[in-house]
Amino acid sequence: LEAAQAAPERNADRPCARDLNLDQIVAAVAGDREEHDLITTVLFSPLHEAGAVRYRQEVFQDLEDPGLAGAVRRFAGQMSEVRAHLRQLGEMRYRHQREGWLLDAAAIYCAAVASLAGHLTSARLGAHALQAFREYVVSYVASDGFTALARDTHTRKDALGKIRYCTRIRGDRVEVSRYTGEADYSAAVLDTFDRFKQGAAKDYLLQYRLQPGMNHVTAQIAELVARLFPEEFTALTEYCRQHAAFVDDGIHQASSELRFYLAYLDYIAPVRAAGLSFCYPEVSASSQEVRAAGTFDLALARKLALVREPVVTNDFALDGPERIFVVTGPNQGGKTTFARTFGQLHHLAATGGPVPGSAARLFLPDRIFTHFEKEEDLAAMTGKLEDDLIRIGQILRAATPASIVIMNETFASTTVHDARFLGTKLITKLIQLGALGVYVTFVDELASLGGQVVSMMSTIVPGNPAERTYQVVRKPADGLAHALAIAEKHGVTYEQLRERLGASESRFAGERGDGA
Amino acid sequence: VKAHLLYRDRDFDWEAGLPPGHEDLIQDLELGTLLQAMADGDKLLHEVSTKVLLTCLDDPEAIRYRQQVLADCLAHPEVIRQIHAITVGALEDRRRMWLGSYGGSYQSASSNLSGAVSHLEGYVARLRQLRQIADGNAAPFRSDGMRRLFTTLQRDLGDAYFEEISDHLKQLRFRAGVLVSARLDRDNSPDDLVLRASGEARRRWAERLGIGPRTAYSFTIAPRDEAGSQIVADLTSRGINLVANAAAQSADHIGSYFTMLRAETGFYVGCLNLADRLAAKEIPVTVPGPAPSAPFTFSCTDLRDACLALQSQDRVVGNDVQANGKQLIVITGANSGGKSTFLRSAGVAQLMMQCGLFVTARSYQANVTRGIFTHFIREEDSGMTSGRLDDELRRMNTIAGQITPGCLMLFNESFAGTNEREGAEIGHQIVRALLEAQIKVFFVTHRYALADRFRRQHPSVTLSLRAEREPDGRRNYQLAVKDPLPTSYGEDLYHQLGGWLDEDQASIPASGTRG
Repeated sequence: LEAAQAAPERNADRPCARDLNLDQIVAAVAGDREEHDLITTVLFSPLHEAGAVRYRQEVFQDLEDPGLAGAVRRFAGQMSEVRAHLRQLGEMRYRHQREGWLLDAAAIYCAAVASLAGHLTSARLGAHALQAFREYVVSYVASDGFTALARDTHTRKDALGKIRYCTRIRGDRVEVSRYTGEADYSAAVLDTFDRFKQGAAKDYLLQYRLQPGMNHVTAQIAELVARLFPEEFTALTEYCRQHAAFVDDGIHQASSELRFYLAYLDYIAPVRAAGLSFCYPEVSASSQEVRAAGTFDLALARKLALVREPVVTNDFALDGPERIFVVTGPNQGGKTTFARTFGQLHHLAATGGPVPGSAARLFLPDRIFTHFEKEEDLAAMTGKLEDDLIRIGQILRAATPASIVIMNETFASTTVHDARFLGTKLITKLIQLGALGVYVTFVDELASLGGQVVSMMSTIVPGNPAERTYQVVRKPADGLAHALAIAEKHGVTYEQLRERLGASESRFAGERGDGA
Repeated sequence: VKAHLLYRDRDFDWEAGLPPGHEDLIQDLELGTLLQAMADGDKLLHEVSTKVLLTCLDDPEAIRYRQQVLADCLAHPEVIRQIHAITVGALEDRRRMWLGSYGGSYQSASSNLSGAVSHLEGYVARLRQLRQIADGNAAPFRSDGMRRLFTTLQRDLGDAYFEEISDHLKQLRFRAGVLVSARLDRDNSPDDLVLRASGEARRRWAERLGIGPRTAYSFTIAPRDEAGSQIVADLTSRGINLVANAAAQSADHIGSYFTMLRAETGFYVGCLNLADRLAAKEIPVTVPGPAPSAPFTFSCTDLRDACLALQSQDRVVGNDVQANGKQLIVITGANSGGKSTFLRSAGVAQLMMQCGLFVTARSYQANVTRGIFTHFIREEDSGMTSGRLDDELRRMNTIAGQITPGCLMLFNESFAGTNEREGAEIGHQIVRALLEAQIKVFFVTHRYALADRFRRQHPSVTLSLRAEREPDGRRNYQLAVKDPLPTSYGEDLYHQLGGWLDEDQASIPASGTRG
C-alpha cells in the first residue's frame, strides 16, 4: 500500500510536535494498537509530493463508505487476532494445545481473508491502492495454497468439534470416556421444578476464571481424549505439519497498513459526530495561495466534542503576494489556537488524511518551524531573550522559501519597544525569505508591515467585551480592543461586573451561532 | 403453578410502576386513610393494597372476577387468612436461612447448590401445608379464582410429585462422584461442561445404541499435587455450575410463587381488614356495578367518602346522584358545603370499584374509566400568588402528557390562580378539550363564570350540582341538581374565619362575582 514509506525526516521530536498539539493527536490515533509504531511513523512523516498525498486521500475517501470500512475493520481485527494466536503458540507447552491453537488461528485467518475478498469484490473502489490490493486478494484466495488451507482447516475443525467425551471425577481420580447420551441432569432438575416458573430467573452461574491455557491435568485429559479419538488427533498432527506457516506476507502487511487509515478515521469520528466538517484538501508543493473554511484545532475540538462543548471554527486565506498572518487582539481570544490550527492543518494534509474544515487548499511545505512562548516563560528569566534570539536565528537559517514558520508571542517577555523592534526585523526577514508564516504578537504595528502581511484579530462581541467569540478574523489591529481585553482578563469591565453580580449567560451562548 | 386470584389469566405485575399521576391521586383523594385501614399495620399489605387499588381495571368482566373472589373471602375469611399466613411463613423461613448460613453471599457452585437444596427442602414443607388446606377446605368455595387455586394445588402438588422432588434433593448431594460431559475448546482444553445423570440413563442408552462396554482411561492426581487437586476441584465446580444454577433458580421460582401468592392473597386480606373496619362503624357497603366505558354512567345512592367515614367520629352524609349520560359534572355552591367531599367520594368509589372492592354506598353504578387524574387546589399553592397560575398550569401540562381518552378527570377549584375571567377562559378551554377526548370530568368550583359557561356551552352532557344551604343558613352537606348561582357563600366563610383571607388578598375572587 506504500502507506509507510521509509521516513528520512520526522517531526516527532521537533518542537512543532508539541507546539501544534501533533503529539496529542498522534498518541491518540496510535493508541495502544498493535500497529502503534507504524501509525506513529506515518503520522510524523509528512509527504512532500501532491501525488503521494492524493494516493492516500483516495484510500481515505473509499474508507468513508461505512460498509467498506466495517469490512476492512473486521478484517484488520481478525488479522490482529491471528498474530496474537501465533505469538502465544511459542509459549504453549503441550502438544495437543499447540495443535488446536494453530488450527484455530488458521480458521480465523481463512474466514478473515475470504470475507474480505467478498467485500472487496462487490465494493466500488476509487483508490488505486485499494484496486491493486483487491486484485492481490482475489488471486490469493483463488490460489491452490489458500484453497487447500481453507479446506483442510474446515475439515479438521469440524472433526474436532464433533468430539464429545465424559469425565467422571471422584475425589482425585479422573476417568475419561466417550459420551454415550447421558441426560443433562441440570435440565432434569429444572424440568421438575418447571411448574413453578415465574418469569425470568436470576442467574446463579458463576464465572470460573480459567487459568490461561492448558495445565498438567487438562493436558492429561486431552492425552486420554486423543487415545479415545486417535483418527481425529493423528489428522490434526498431520495438518499442523503441512500448514505451520500459513500467513501470507502481503495480506499481513496490508492489514497493518489499513489500520492506519481506520485509526485516523476513528479518531476524527467523535468530532464529526459533533457536527464539525472535515475535507480532503487540494494540496500543492508549489502554490503558496492557501485558504481554509470552517477549520479548527483538531486536538482541542476532540476534547470539546467529547464533553459536548461547542467548537468555534475559523476561516483564513492568503492570496497573491500575501504570505504572513500577524495575529493581534485580546488574550484568551483564540490567537494561539489560530496559529496552531494553521500549522496543524498543513501537517495533517501532508499525511494524506482528511483535515478540519469544510474546504481547504493547502501548501506542502518542506518543513514546519515553530517557536511558541510558553506561559511559564513569560516571567522572564535572565538570558531568556538571548536564548530566543539564538533559537530564532537557527530557524531562519534552516528555513527555505518552501517552509512554514509559526511564531507565537515571541518576545512577549521584553519591552514593547524591543518587541516592536525585533518583531519588525523578524517579519521583514520572513518577507524576504518568502515563506508562509503566522506571527502572534501584542504589538499592533507589526500587523501593517506591507502587502505580504495580513492582519488578523481575535475578536470580542461589540459592546460586550466580556464575551469572547474565539473567532479570529481578517481586520486591522485595534488597540482599544486590546486595552479592554486587559480589563476583561481581570474581570473588571462594567458588563462583567454587572453580569457577575446578576444572572450570567453561558459564555458559549454567543458562539453557537458563530461557531458552527 | 399460578395464583391468578387478581386476574383470570395472568399474574399481577408487581414490578410495574404505579400509573402516572398516582402521587396526586393519593394526596388529593386522601387515600392514605383507606390504605391504612386495609394494611392494619402490615407493611406488606399496605404495599400490595396500594398497587392493586391504583392499578385500575377497565374491563367490567375482570372487575367481576375479583368481586367473586372477594365474596368467597368475605364468606370464609379464616381460609384466605391461613393461606396468606403460610406464604408469609415460607418467605420468612427463607430469610432466616439466608441470614443464618450464607449471609446472603454466594461463594462457589457447591455452596450455591447446598444452599438451594436447603431452600427447596423448606419450601416443600410449606407446599405440603398448602395442599392440606386445599384438601380440607375447597368444597364451599364458588368463585372461579378460588376454585382454580385449590384445584391447581391438588393437581400439581400430588404425592408422586413430592416424591420426585425429594429424589432430586437426595441426588444433588453427589455422594457417588460427578459425571461431566465436555467438548474440545479451541486449544483442546475441556469446554462446555455439562453435568450428566449417571446410572440408569447411561445403561439404557448404551444398550439402545449398541455400544459395547465403554472404553475408559483414567489417571489419579498424585498425593502431593495440590495444584492438580485444585484443578480437579475447579473442573467439578464448572461441572455442577449449571445444576447449582438450576437448583437455585428453582428455589427462586418457588419463592416467586410464594411471593406472588402472598401478594395476591394479601390484597384480599386487606379487603377483609377494611370490611371489618367499616362494619365496626356501621357504614353501608355495596358491590358496585361496573358498566362499560360507554355510555357515560354514574348513579349512586348514599355515596359516602370512605376515607372521611373511616376518620370521622360523626355520621358522614351521603349523596344520591343520577348522572347517567352526563360527561361533565359541575359542582358549585357554598364553601364547606360538601363539594370537595363529594368529589373525593366519587373518585374513591371509582377507584375501589375498579380494583374489585366494594364501595361505601347503598348502590353505585358507573362506567369504567381507563385512569383517574386529579387536579386539586393545593395548600402550598395559596401562598405563592404570583407563580400560582404558573404552577397550576404546569401540573395541568404534566397531566395532559399522561391522560388518555376514556379517563376520569377530577378538578377541585382549579384555575383560580388568576382573575375570574381569565380563569374561566383557561378552564373552559382545557375542559372543552378533555370532553372532546372522551374524558369524563368532575369539576368543583366556587366561581360562577366558569360553572355557568360549562352549563351553557355543553348543556346536554353537563349535570350541575350545588351545595345546599338550609333555610337557617346552615349547610347540610348534601348536593342538589341546581344551576350555579352568581353568588358564592365565601363571604360568610370569610367572616367566620375572620382575617384568613386578608393575608392573601390576591386570591380573593374579583368583586363582581361576590354580589
